[in-house]
Amino acid sequence: MTPTPVEEIKKTTCYMCACRCGIRVHLRDGEVRYIDGNPDHPLNKGVICAKGSSGIMKQYSPARLTRPLRRKPGSERGAGEFEPISWEEAFSTLAERLGKIRATDPKKFALFTGRDQMQALTGLFARQFGTPNYAAHGGFCSVNMAAGMIYTIGGSFWEFGGPDLDRAKLFVMIGTAEDHHSNPLKIALSKFKRDGGRFVSINPVRTGYSAIADEWVPIRPGTDGALLLAFIHEIIAKGLYDRDFLVRHSNAGQLVNVAEASDEFGMFVRAEVPQEEACYDPQDKLWWDRNTNRPVVTHTAGADPYLRGEFRMGDGTVVKPSFQLLQERVKDYTPEWAEGITGIPADTIRRLAHEMGVTARDQKIELPISWTDTWGVEHDTVTGNPVAFHAMRGLAAHSNGFQTIRALGILMSLLGTIDRPGGFRHKVPFPRPIPPCARTPNHPKAVQPNRPLDGMALGWPSDPDDLFVDEDGSPVRLDKGFSWEYPLSVHGLMHNAITNAWRGDPYKIDTLMIFMANMAWNSTMNAVEVRKMLNDKDETGEYKIPFIVVADAFQSEMTAFADLILPDTTYLERHDVMSILDRPISEFDGPVDSVRVPVVPPTGECKPFQEVLIELGTRLKLPVFVNKDGGRKYRDYPDFIINYETEPGSGIGFLAGWRGKGGEKFMRGEPNPNQWEMYAKNDCVFHYELPKSYQYMRNWNKGYLEWSQRNRITRYAEPILIHLYSEVLQKFRSAAQGKGLTRKPPEHLKKRIETWFDPLPFYADTLEGQATDKQKYPLAAITQRPMAMYHSWDSQNAWLRQIHAHNLLHVNTQTARHLGIADGDWIWVESPWGKVRCMAQHSDAVEPGTVWTWNAIGKAAGAWGLSPDANESQRGFLLNHLISEELPGGAGHVSNSDPITGQAAWYDVRVRIYKAEAGEPEQTSPQFEPMKRYPGQSESRSVWNFFAGKVSK
Amino acid sequence: MTQLALVIDLNVCVGCQACVTNCKEWNTSGSAGPMVDQNPYGKDPTGTFFNRVQTYEVGEFPNTETIHFPKSCLHCEDPPCVPVCPTGASYKRKEDGIVLVDYDKCIGCKYCSWACPYGVREFDEQQKIMKKCTLCVDRIYDPKMTEEERRPACVRACPTSARLYGDIHDPESEVSQAIREAGGYQLMPE
Repeated sequence: MTPTPVEEIKKTTCYMCACRCGIRVHLRDGEVRYIDGNPDHPLNKGVICAKGSSGIMKQYSPARLTRPLRRKPGSERGAGEFEPISWEEAFSTLAERLGKIRATDPKKFALFTGRDQMQALTGLFARQFGTPNYAAHGGFCSVNMAAGMIYTIGGSFWEFGGPDLDRAKLFVMIGTAEDHHSNPLKIALSKFKRDGGRFVSINPVRTGYSAIADEWVPIRPGTDGALLLAFIHEIIAKGLYDRDFLVRHSNAGQLVNVAEASDEFGMFVRAEVPQEEACYDPQDKLWWDRNTNRPVVTHTAGADPYLRGEFRMGDGTVVKPSFQLLQERVKDYTPEWAEGITGIPADTIRRLAHEMGVTARDQKIELPISWTDTWGVEHDTVTGNPVAFHAMRGLAAHSNGFQTIRALGILMSLLGTIDRPGGFRHKVPFPRPIPPCARTPNHPKAVQPNRPLDGMALGWPSDPDDLFVDEDGSPVRLDKGFSWEYPLSVHGLMHNAITNAWRGDPYKIDTLMIFMANMAWNSTMNAVEVRKMLNDKDETGEYKIPFIVVADAFQSEMTAFADLILPDTTYLERHDVMSILDRPISEFDGPVDSVRVPVVPPTGECKPFQEVLIELGTRLKLPVFVNKDGGRKYRDYPDFIINYETEPGSGIGFLAGWRGKGGEKFMRGEPNPNQWEMYAKNDCVFHYELPKSYQYMRNWNKGYLEWSQRNRITRYAEPILIHLYSEVLQKFRSAAQGKGLTRKPPEHLKKRIETWFDPLPFYADTLEGQATDKQKYPLAAITQRPMAMYHSWDSQNAWLRQIHAHNLLHVNTQTARHLGIADGDWIWVESPWGKVRCMAQHSDAVEPGTVWTWNAIGKAAGAWGLSPDANESQRGFLLNHLISEELPGGAGHVSNSDPITGQAAWYDVRVRIYKAEAGEPEQTSPQFEPMKRYPGQSESRSVWNFFAGKVSK
Repeated sequence: MTQLALVIDLNVCVGCQACVTNCKEWNTSGSAGPMVDQNPYGKDPTGTFFNRVQTYEVGEFPNTETIHFPKSCLHCEDPPCVPVCPTGASYKRKEDGIVLVDYDKCIGCKYCSWACPYGVREFDEQQKIMKKCTLCVDRIYDPKMTEEERRPACVRACPTSARLYGDIHDPESEVSQAIREAGGYQLMPE
């Protein structure tokens, strides 16, 4: 008789994509039988997506790495010849090598991670090591969205905030944004539509959520800025902006010095109020009061500022309110002007602008919630203007993206929708001061042997003196982040790390450690050349990047280039935290953090990367990880999470829930030895619901800001005024013009800084667009994300790859016919930088000047445990081969990125397409030598009748 | 008489495929499983899925609609797959209208899949028998599950709650109400 199988259910947190839904893992005899959504979890409320439902196939994938591996002595890097070693050998090799680097020049160790929801730990490790060369994937993902919005409204989308679709009447989604984040947005969209809301999607392509939009507005890629500026033009021209909101909550009425000859040109004029040196916006700026017709300190009780006009100060200085300057800026950005750039008819632009303005004005929401603002004024209600927006990479991944996103933030502000019901709402830890307080060091002496970095590796510059450069203005960081080339690169520029290290510009490094990032394939631009750089040797026969360590759970393309491979666990096999110190999963109504707990044991010798960092930190005696005597402080990662405090006795650690000795405290409290168990008992999630009076208007909400300050989420309880006009940007521009007392940019970057650091949003074609012959390359080429493969992971998944095994280039039907390309033809796609052969598919759901494909499906032959003849490599393709990581310009090389933030400009590339010759192989090009299976990888089955409880039998 | 069925709201279906893989993971280790995958890591992978989403475009640019259309067995009132079965393996349950296949009786002749107007029968090339959606019959009556859990996997997974489930012969059921209120229609009523 067969024994009855043992069935049990364990709760944890998903990580099939970056959304982090609550899941229940059903086990049968210890094997994963079913994964469903946890109905009690605040994020997904029981639902789950296609990826989350396919976790079983991730867990048992033949792409799993199960043993530490070393490149075989004598074999060439990239050849895929590995031999297993013990963890002890891996750790001692690393500790010795990294110890020497740390004792001599810590910046020669670079740590870049694809995953950026573990930065509280990875960032701590890098800082303690003392290297400035640390970043996560944000720079090549969506940093423009973070920076553009945070430098404007003090918060942004996704983890930082989002559209309040519960109360919105009109929802406008611009560009591809679906996977940030996915299930919550799907839940909200469905409810929104069923409640009668109107959903407008502005996107070159109609796929994803656009499919259920009430109106699809096709737009040319990279022209969103022109559209948004035309919306602003119309909203102002028709008087549809929320004047009361702007006066109180933005710098609209504050006076800017417009005397061109003045050293203070473009700066706010200020009252003579001494201010302490701090990172908030001091309230020392001036209004021109309508009642008294004279300048008064901003927000003076009883005063009402002019938003328009020109005034003369007592000393003769000519000044204008910010709003006046904005109005002048958008004067010529008419709908007719935008039509020629975006391809959207002027009438449509005008109609949509009016719909936004009228909906915001006439369908106001009043919630009976009393609250007190930062000026001490008490309010009986919270007002909402029910127009909500959402955007992400579609706007961000362009070299003009920062200014585009500034325009979006300003449009949302003009409509009076910031942290109000039915509009945009923040999530803790946002809003933060503009800019937030964290700073990088601003001089190379911050990097010293055997010392932690004197400052954060990533921060938020507020003026040129915050840049991380040396005496002559050259970058200190390998990726040139926070230098004059990309001053506000708040997430770093991971996409340039390999090219710079290979070239030795700004310097050579010794060890590059990559965690969970496929920098030899879909996470790199110019993949063909970058793969060569990873293998390239100098004249002495040494590799130009001497030592490469890759930590990953799977046999990605990147692992082939490793000298040392560290096998990571899957999300089902480890402890993990989604911390408020990092990028938590907060809701609009308050902070939420969460954990993962292991539901199955690690496969083979897999070890969580968190444990690797704790162990290495201990062996290297990084101060945080050892006691005063240099001995081990933390037994392991779970022990570290329980006991680590930001400062001794601060009561603040990675987790905010169940603190205090008995788990009785929240947000702050002593370490609780049973914290993990308490999380596990409570759905692995801690949700702190703020009082209703703290849930809105948080930039200016006294109660909320003081609560936030008490809990050390912000340092100051000062109001966070919206920056319609950005003095921060103006400071950089002024420096480029030789004004002010701050540092000045090097000669070759002056023009670039002066042009792009405009304190008001403007439209310019993308850098690549400006540099490309559009007659020769008439089409824009972009990618979209298939929902079954959000966040680019899991192409090796046996179930998901049956949904998308290869990708096609989608071409507008008329465009294709004009070029003689039939549906299903093999074609060449060529950019100035490279070409790929792939298959075309006709589509009427794409605007005529754009071609697109699904991201993340094309793979290198033999990678990810797939056979060399798998569709992913033979029919699937990678668009990245067409995209350069650098553009001509600057002093030789400049990153193909936004000149303000360093955001990778994935969506700027221009291409032409033509039919492949008859007789060419029906196979994508380029092809690479198939990757080999590594020791410890299981065989790929040719037939699989998966039935849990019998996998290992 | 009870007729359990799925009702799908295409107005909110974004084609995310959650129902497709959640169905697969529940059923492959359930009473209808295993659901084979052939060449799962090789060329042209194929496998058994009781539920699939078709995506297609309607109209010419710029008046284009992108439609996502989930398809699984409709558990027809009068299922054409049942009378053609030579062994009686395909049958419709009197008590709840669910159409099932008795694997022990199936000889793999495929008559039922030719008869099915929706193409939702799935032949298992390994076991040489016909498989299909069971409406998660091993969930919806399981006394060990909560009421919330006693629903088909695809319905529970769906992030936009585009999939509703219930008795379409009961005028008070959620599905009947949804059909009335949203102007629901049957596929190929003939």
